[in-house]
Amino acid sequence: MSLLNTNILSVITFLPLVGMLLVLLTPPRAVRTIQWGSIAFSLIPLALSIMLFVSYDQSQGGFQFVERATWFPQINATYQLGVDGISLPLVVLTTFLTPLAMIISTSVEKNPKAYYALFFLLETTVIGVFVALDLILFFIFYEIGLVPMFFLINQWGGANRRYASFKFILYTMFASLGMLLAIQVIGLTSKSFDMVYLASEAGRPFTERNPANFFGWDTSVWKAVAFVAFTIAFALKIPIWPLHTWLPDAHTEAPTGGSMMLAGILLKLGGYGFFRLVMPLFPDVFGQDLLPGLTFAQVLAILALLSIVLGAFAAWGQNDFKKLVAYSSINHMGFVSMGIAATGLALSPSSTVREIDAIIAGNGAVLQMVTHGLSSAAMFAMVGVLYDRAHTRDLNRYGGLWVMMPIYGAMLIFCAMGSLGLPGLSGFVSEFMVVRGAWPIFTLYTILAMAGLLVTGIYILKAIQKVLHGPLGEEWHHHKLPDIRFTEILGVAPLMGAMLVLGVYPALALNLINVGVQGLLR
Amino acid sequence: MFAEAPVTAPPYLATLLWLAPLPPLVAFALIALFFNRYRQLSSTIAVVSMLASTVMSFIVFFNVWQLKDLGKAPIRSTFPWLPTGDTVLNIGVGVDPLGATFLFMVPLACSLIFIYSTGYMANDPYYSRFFAYLSLFGGSMMGLVVSDNLLTLFIFWELMGFCSYSLIGFFFRKPSAYRAAVKAFMTTRVGDMLLLLGMAYLYTQTGTLSFHEILHNEEVLTKLAETPAVFGLSAAAAIALLIFGGTVGKSAQWPLHVWLPDAMEGPTPVSAMIHAATMVSAGVFMLLRFFPLLQAAGEHNTAFLVVALIGAFTAFMGATIAVAQYDIKRVLAFSTISQLGFMVAATGIGAYVAAAFHLLTHAFFKALLFLASGSVIHGVEHGHHAAHAHHAGHHGHSSHAGHEEEHGSEHEEHAHDHDFDPQDMRNMGGLARRMPITFATFLIGGAALAGVPFITAGFWSKDEIFADAYYHGLVKGDGLATLVFVLLVLSALMTAFYTTRQIVMTFLGEPRTEAAAHAEESVPSMTFPLIVLAVFALFIGFINVPKDFPVFGALVGGGAFWLKNFLASMLLEKPEAPPFNAVPVLFSIVVALGGIALGYMVYGVRPLTAGQTDPVERLPFFKFLHNRWYWDDLYRAIFVKPMQFIADRYSEAVDRGVIDRILEGGYALGARVTKGFAEFDRVVITGFSDAVGRAFRAAGDWVRDLQTGQVQGYLLSSLAMALVILIVFIFLFQ
Repeated sequence: MSLLNTNILSVITFLPLVGMLLVLLTPPRAVRTIQWGSIAFSLIPLALSIMLFVSYDQSQGGFQFVERATWFPQINATYQLGVDGISLPLVVLTTFLTPLAMIISTSVEKNPKAYYALFFLLETTVIGVFVALDLILFFIFYEIGLVPMFFLINQWGGANRRYASFKFILYTMFASLGMLLAIQVIGLTSKSFDMVYLASEAGRPFTERNPANFFGWDTSVWKAVAFVAFTIAFALKIPIWPLHTWLPDAHTEAPTGGSMMLAGILLKLGGYGFFRLVMPLFPDVFGQDLLPGLTFAQVLAILALLSIVLGAFAAWGQNDFKKLVAYSSINHMGFVSMGIAATGLALSPSSTVREIDAIIAGNGAVLQMVTHGLSSAAMFAMVGVLYDRAHTRDLNRYGGLWVMMPIYGAMLIFCAMGSLGLPGLSGFVSEFMVVRGAWPIFTLYTILAMAGLLVTGIYILKAIQKVLHGPLGEEWHHHKLPDIRFTEILGVAPLMGAMLVLGVYPALALNLINVGVQGLLR
Repeated sequence: MFAEAPVTAPPYLATLLWLAPLPPLVAFALIALFFNRYRQLSSTIAVVSMLASTVMSFIVFFNVWQLKDLGKAPIRSTFPWLPTGDTVLNIGVGVDPLGATFLFMVPLACSLIFIYSTGYMANDPYYSRFFAYLSLFGGSMMGLVVSDNLLTLFIFWELMGFCSYSLIGFFFRKPSAYRAAVKAFMTTRVGDMLLLLGMAYLYTQTGTLSFHEILHNEEVLTKLAETPAVFGLSAAAAIALLIFGGTVGKSAQWPLHVWLPDAMEGPTPVSAMIHAATMVSAGVFMLLRFFPLLQAAGEHNTAFLVVALIGAFTAFMGATIAVAQYDIKRVLAFSTISQLGFMVAATGIGAYVAAAFHLLTHAFFKALLFLASGSVIHGVEHGHHAAHAHHAGHHGHSSHAGHEEEHGSEHEEHAHDHDFDPQDMRNMGGLARRMPITFATFLIGGAALAGVPFITAGFWSKDEIFADAYYHGLVKGDGLATLVFVLLVLSALMTAFYTTRQIVMTFLGEPRTEAAAHAEESVPSMTFPLIVLAVFALFIGFINVPKDFPVFGALVGGGAFWLKNFLASMLLEKPEAPPFNAVPVLFSIVVALGGIALGYMVYGVRPLTAGQTDPVERLPFFKFLHNRWYWDDLYRAIFVKPMQFIADRYSEAVDRGVIDRILEGGYALGARVTKGFAEFDRVVITGFSDAVGRAFRAAGDWVRDLQTGQVQGYLLSSLAMALVILIVFIFLFQ
């Protein structure tokens, strides 16, 4: 138990790799063993992360369960892990979603061994990103995470998977290269990759204390380069309009379990990057003018607004069920960006933003990451369940399916309402908090964002109606679709439960998030 | 009637407040999760849960109804819900005089509707589902009433939106039903977005959302009134207007009224829920809650003006449209819109008590009218099938097939039935003899709606509004109140007219179809709620008889103005109460009786016969009225179509057409640059690249069998490249 006590984060992070090894050691024909063994094994990190969640000391705050080890002394890189109120909820989200995505993936017939192995690798890398407190470590996890996702799309995806997987990898690799450069510059400037140190007064890069003068460019130029590199990398991941066009393709083509992980967790790496790196390392930039008369925070808020509104319109326009759900992510993640813009502005020394507004916006943004993780994963699972039966994603070919699939219908309505942000379910709380937090800071953009929220209603109702309502679609008169199976319910019901619990009593997560966001702002 | 000695409320009331909304919510969960296959059990759970809720509410009500200062110190119970930095947002339950009166009306009306539904929905294949939704609906309204803060009110408000969406579209296979459902949800959502902003604004300004802490707090109200917003409005006025946006949506006020008439696509008990006990009442209820905010913004402020004008206009418009409808439920739907306009207009001229009073009486008589019209429809459907069976000589057993058809049953043999509309009043006539209880109760409801003097509740509440409008307008010389008075008097005249038209067309004369001739009275589970509601439609008006009203004031004695006195402690600043004046009373008597007389002359003296044209069609603007002033068509042209256009085109035109094009261009450029890089790479650091590449390839061996090498190779070399760059950096800057 001493390993658990002192190295619990490492254990959680690398346990999935053990799972991967176990999967690789299992004969490929033992499909059931691989599937259910993996699912069972993935419950261990979940249990440990819940333990972590419970034992995190909220009154103390800050990074806890910290581990340090020498790792790469030549360049001052260390092996350093820790969690705070911002990363811990996302770790729990990851370990929570992984078994569910694995359950839903039991319908995958092609090479389950490789599939589950990749899933474990994905889990390790994502947890790694959330717990890493060293920039190099962060980057390595971040980058390796692309590999399993690429293969999941490329090998198990839909008809257009090649295009989608390449678009995904090119977009992200491109962004990562910039980020790598930025990390190097920061390392050289502050002589450290320690993220906690870098966020402190003493360690913050591109200050008088830590100037950057390479290649004859001065600090401000390097600062701009590093900032832009980080911002683009994370904005692309969230994604913020107009860097979003990889998403509909990747999410639509990925296998169901992959979409759940992509939408549920990988998008959060972007939002997390803003909270963990962009805000602490560049606190003053949010208040600086990016365009004449527009601060960076304002530009970000405008792009967030465009994501919300255009994402919603785009989702409305889709006739492919999965693409509709994919576009809904852009719409929902726009609220994360909006919250980030509001919180970031408060960090700027010249800002007049009240702290309370920034905290509410920040709390909302982090909670929105969690709730979107739940609702989007649930929606993708529901799309997958239907696709497995009907073998089409064309909304116009469904219709009236509620008659045949009563339980599925009820669950779909629940999940769709979660995605819509119906009060009582978690999405509402986070959206309300972002709106409340952003209201005094970006009043006009908040008002305009309501148009997006309105259209959110339209596309959600469109999806429900096209699938469930109306006369039964022609082809289903003779092709009976069975109702949702128990296994599939098992994969979705926990998400529904979580949405309900967080919707009724959000403090369960927010008490922790609040501590994290307060830590960031002080 | 109010005790002189301070009456204290027992401490368990707060607990009861927490518990009151729970039974129906639990019933929803139970039915949805476990009992959805057991029809009888589902409806029993629903009805019992609502009755339990009623009992608890009544205990609360009868403990507080004589408390004079309840508004100053409402019974509340809160707990922390949303951590916000060092502070926290509390939510909770509470009961103040306004809430208490609703705690009386809402569960009572809901229970009656639930009981009625057991009969009305008896042959529906989705009976359990119906009661699940109905329970959630009732539970949400209860939650809304006991909320002591705007946040939970909003939560239940939206839940009701969801319930109404689900229930309006309950016959989900019928395109008209799900379209109406979407329309209702989206139209009210427009208002809800404004309300959400209003809530964010209010929360920003005050740091709380508790009604009592904001609206019964001189300091906070003054601060809100003194904080400037935009367009010369104070924050108080701006917030009030945003919140009023929610009322406009939920209570179907112009310009967001279009959803309510379509909402009758749902089963009739749902219409009763929406039009009386829950949805639309919630809108005005919230507006009344925020009345102190309107007051704080100052007399004659913009917010008051907007509220009054929208209300009066809606009252007038709704009444004109109702005159020219044939569908029995559609007439009632527009009358609801119109009557809600009365309440909103009353609020807008400061007649707080009158608005609350009318809201209360209207809930009873409108629930009655809808349920009675449901009974009519049921009876006519029954008659239709009986007549059909009689002629065809079979199907004798299928007399209750109606609901299955509504559910879009695919049986071809019933296709011809769709030509017959059991809701069209032209297909009725003479039902009074066939359905005596339904007729008697509908007559009472109609009389209350028309405002028949003295003996109906509708008279007293409508008269109250007239008295206020007359006093502020014609006595004190306020132009706005005068306008409101004129519009409302005209509307009341039309109300009496169309109600008479409806009753005569439906119940009197000779049956105009076989169906009407064979109609049968409904089952007791349906007629019993009608009778109870009829009692309230007659007598609930006596809770607020003016003290100086001739005869009746003396008759009720100390009970005069109970509602007014009870509600008095809600407001810090009491609106000026008009002294008794005979002129508005005469007006309300004259328009009610005049409208009825007019209606009777046109329709009653020589009732319509089959195939005869309705006299209102001779009105020059009949088409305009019948087509509901063309609002629906206008909205479709200027909002729905353009938005749909953007949605359909956006992703192809912008995402694919512009953004991806640019990125592809960038990619092509990048590819060229990378080629140069690769050359440099190969020459300078081949060793590194190869070593790392080898390592990665080894690691990737296990996926090799998955695919041809190209993709993988590409990926691995790009990863290798990333690592190479990292290492180069490290060594260059060591």
